[in-house]
Amino acid sequence: MKNGSQTQILMLENRSLRSFRNNMEHRKAKKIFTNYLFVLPAVLLFCTFHLYPFVNVFRYSLFQWDGIVPFSSAQFVGLAHFKDIFTANPQWWYSMWHAFYITLLTLIFQNGLALLLALTCDRAIKGAKAYRMIFFLPPVLSGIVVGLIWQWIYDGNYGLLNYWLTNIGLGHLSRAWLADPNTSLTCVGIVHMWKGFGWGFIILLAGLQSIPRELYEAAKVDGAGAWDTFRRVTVPLMVPVFVLVTILTILNTMQIYDLIVSLTGGGPGYHTEVPITRILAAMRGGSRLGYACALGIVFGLMLLVVSFIQIQASKLAKQE
Amino acid sequence: MIRFLSLAMFLVLASVTGCAPGNGTDKVASDKITVWHWMTDREETFNELAEKYKALTGTDVQFELYAPTDAYSEKIKGAAQTQMLPDVFGILADKRVISSFIKAGHVLNLDPYMDMDNGRWKKAFYAKALNVNRFMLGNEFEVVPGIYAAPLDVMNIQMIYNKDLFKKAGLDPENPPRNWAEFLDTGNKLHAAGIQGMVSGWGEIWMIDCLASNYAYNIMGEKKFIDTIKGKVSYADQDWIDVFTVFKDMRDNNLLANGIVTMVNKHAEQMFANQRAALAFNGSWCVNVYYGMNPDLNYGVMLPPAYSNKYPMKIWGGAGASLMVNARSKNRDKVVEFLKWFTAKDQQAYLANKTRNLPANKESLGEISPVLVRFVDDMDSVTHPNNLNVSEFPKVIEARDKGIQSIVIGEKTPEEVALDVQAVKIREMGKAQK
Repeated sequence: MKNGSQTQILMLENRSLRSFRNNMEHRKAKKIFTNYLFVLPAVLLFCTFHLYPFVNVFRYSLFQWDGIVPFSSAQFVGLAHFKDIFTANPQWWYSMWHAFYITLLTLIFQNGLALLLALTCDRAIKGAKAYRMIFFLPPVLSGIVVGLIWQWIYDGNYGLLNYWLTNIGLGHLSRAWLADPNTSLTCVGIVHMWKGFGWGFIILLAGLQSIPRELYEAAKVDGAGAWDTFRRVTVPLMVPVFVLVTILTILNTMQIYDLIVSLTGGGPGYHTEVPITRILAAMRGGSRLGYACALGIVFGLMLLVVSFIQIQASKLAKQE
Repeated sequence: MIRFLSLAMFLVLASVTGCAPGNGTDKVASDKITVWHWMTDREETFNELAEKYKALTGTDVQFELYAPTDAYSEKIKGAAQTQMLPDVFGILADKRVISSFIKAGHVLNLDPYMDMDNGRWKKAFYAKALNVNRFMLGNEFEVVPGIYAAPLDVMNIQMIYNKDLFKKAGLDPENPPRNWAEFLDTGNKLHAAGIQGMVSGWGEIWMIDCLASNYAYNIMGEKKFIDTIKGKVSYADQDWIDVFTVFKDMRDNNLLANGIVTMVNKHAEQMFANQRAALAFNGSWCVNVYYGMNPDLNYGVMLPPAYSNKYPMKIWGGAGASLMVNARSKNRDKVVEFLKWFTAKDQQAYLANKTRNLPANKESLGEISPVLVRFVDDMDSVTHPNNLNVSEFPKVIEARDKGIQSIVIGEKTPEEVALDVQAVKIREMGKAQK
C-alpha cells in the first residue's frame, strides 16, 4: 500500500515536472518566436532592399540585357562580360587607375592634413570648438555644389585661380585647369581632398581624445620630447583609428562620382573617368545593364580585396 | 504585444508596397490621363493647357515632369519593367533604345490614328519631325513599320554668333562666315581682339557627335555615312580623317573657347548670354534660354560653314520632344484624342510663344517670333541619327566623341583617332556577330 502511494506520488511528481517542463519549453519557444518577430521587419527590409538586388546583380551580369525588354527575353552570355572587362576594356582599367591615383593623393595629403589639424585641436588652443566646426563644413556640403563652386575657381577664362596667378606674376601658368589632361585629374583630387578632410579630422580627433592623458604625463616625466611622445605613445594607440580612417578613405574615394560629374563629366577624353562613371556609361549610354552589373561586381570585389589586405596589414602592425 | 506586432508588420508591408509607383496606368482605366516628361521648364504652360482641355472635355490631364534627364530616363526604364508606365510618356534616347520599348509592347503604333481622315493629323506635322519617330520597312531593329510618337516641337542645332562681339573684332555682323576659310579667319580675328571663340556643351559628348555628324554628311554624304555605320566603310577612311581634321583646324585657328571639352551646355549658354564668347554651337531651344539670361542679347543664327563642296551641309534636328502612347493603357483612344488636340494649331502656337520653341505643327508657324523663323528656315537642311534605319554602336559613338576631345586638347592626331575608332568598331561588330 505504502509502495503504491509512493509510486502514485512519484507519478504525480513526474507528471507535474513534465507539465512544468512543457510549460517552460512552450514559454521559451514563444519567447524565441516573439524575438524573431521583432527582428522580422528588419530582415524583410534587408532582404527586399539589399539581398534581393545583390543577388540579382550577379544574375544580370550573366545576361545581355538592356533593362527595357522583359528579362525573360534577355540573352544568356555566361562569363562573356567578365572576359570583355579583363581583356578588351582598357577604359575600365584607366578609370581604376584614376580612382587609385586620387585615393593615393587623399591617403597621403588629406589624411596627413586631417591628422595635423586633429593634433592641433587636441591641445587646449583658443577657439578649438570653432575650428572643429569650420573644418567639418566642407564634408556636409553637396558634392555637386562643391563641384560647381570649384569650377568657377578653375575656369580657364574667368576663374579665380588664373586671376590670382596673374596678380602674383605667375600668369604664364594660367590654363583651363579642368580641360588640360595634365592637370584635370589632380584638380579633381584636390577638390575631393578639400571636401573630405573634415571626416578624417573628426575621427582622428575622437581617437586622440580617447588616449589617457596620464600616458602623456608619464612620457613627459620620463623625459620624452614631443616627437618621441607622438611616435611611442600616440601612434601605437591610434593604429585602430588609422586603419578605420584608411579603409573609409579608400572606399569613399574609389567610389568618387558627384565631383567628377560636376567638374569634368569624365573628360577631357577619358582623363577623369572613374569606375562609377564607366558603370553608368554602360548602363545609361549603351543600355547594357548586364555589362554594367558585371563591372559593378568586378569593382566590388576589388574593393573587398583592398579592404581585406588593409585589415590584415593593420593586424600585423598591431602585433608588432 | 500582438497589436504591436501587427502594427509593425503593417508598417513594413506598407513601406515595401509603397515603393511601387502609384500613378502608372498600365492596368487601370480612369478618367485621368497621366503624362510623364522631362521638360520641367514648360510645366506652367503644360498645366495651363491641361486646364483648358479639362474645361473643354472634362478629362483630367496630369503632367508629371522629372529632372534631370538621366534620372527621368532611368525612371522610364524602371516603369517599363514593372509595367507601370503612364498613359503618355517621352523617351529621351536613340532609336535602338526606343525600339526596345516598342518591341516590349510599351509603345502604341500611331499609324492608324495618323492616317484617319485622309491623314489629317499626319499632314499637320513637319515630315522631318515625324521621321524621327518613324520606323521604316526593313529597319535593322526589326520593329513593325509605323509612327510611334507625336512630335511636340522641333529643333535644330546651328551656329549662333554675337553681333556686337563680331563688330568689336572687326567682322561684319550682317555677313557671318560662309565657307571654311572665312570661318577659320573669324577664329583668328576674334582671338586677336581678345574674344573667346565658340562655346558649346562638349563636356556632354552628344553635342560633339552632333557637329561631327554634320561634317560627316558634308564631307562624305549620307550614303557613305550610313555605310560606315553598317561596317562597309572604315573609320580610317580619308573622309573620316577629314571629319576629325575639322576639329583640329578649329583648335589651331582659335575657334574654340578655352576649356570647351569639359564644358556643359548650361555653362556654355551662360558664357554666350553674358557676352563672354562670340560663337555658340547650340540648339533652337537657346532662344528661350538666352532670353531668360539676357533679353538684350544681339545675336544671329548661321549654318556651320561647309568644309567641303562635295555635299550640302546638314544640321542635326527634327523632333525635339515627342510623346508616346502607352500601348497597354486602357485609355488609349482618349489619350490619342488628347494628343491630337495638344498638337493642333492653336495649342502648338500657344506653346511655341510661351516657351519660345519651334512648333512641330507647321500650320502654327505664322504665329511665332522672327528669331525662331530663322531656325525654321533651315529645317530643310536637317538630319538626325534617329531618321536612319541603322544605328551606331554606343561604344563606337563614345570612342568617336572622346577621340575628338583628344584632338581638341592636342593629345591625338585625326589619323590616330580614326584608327582607334575603327578598332572599337571592329570589336563591337565581332561581338554583335557572336
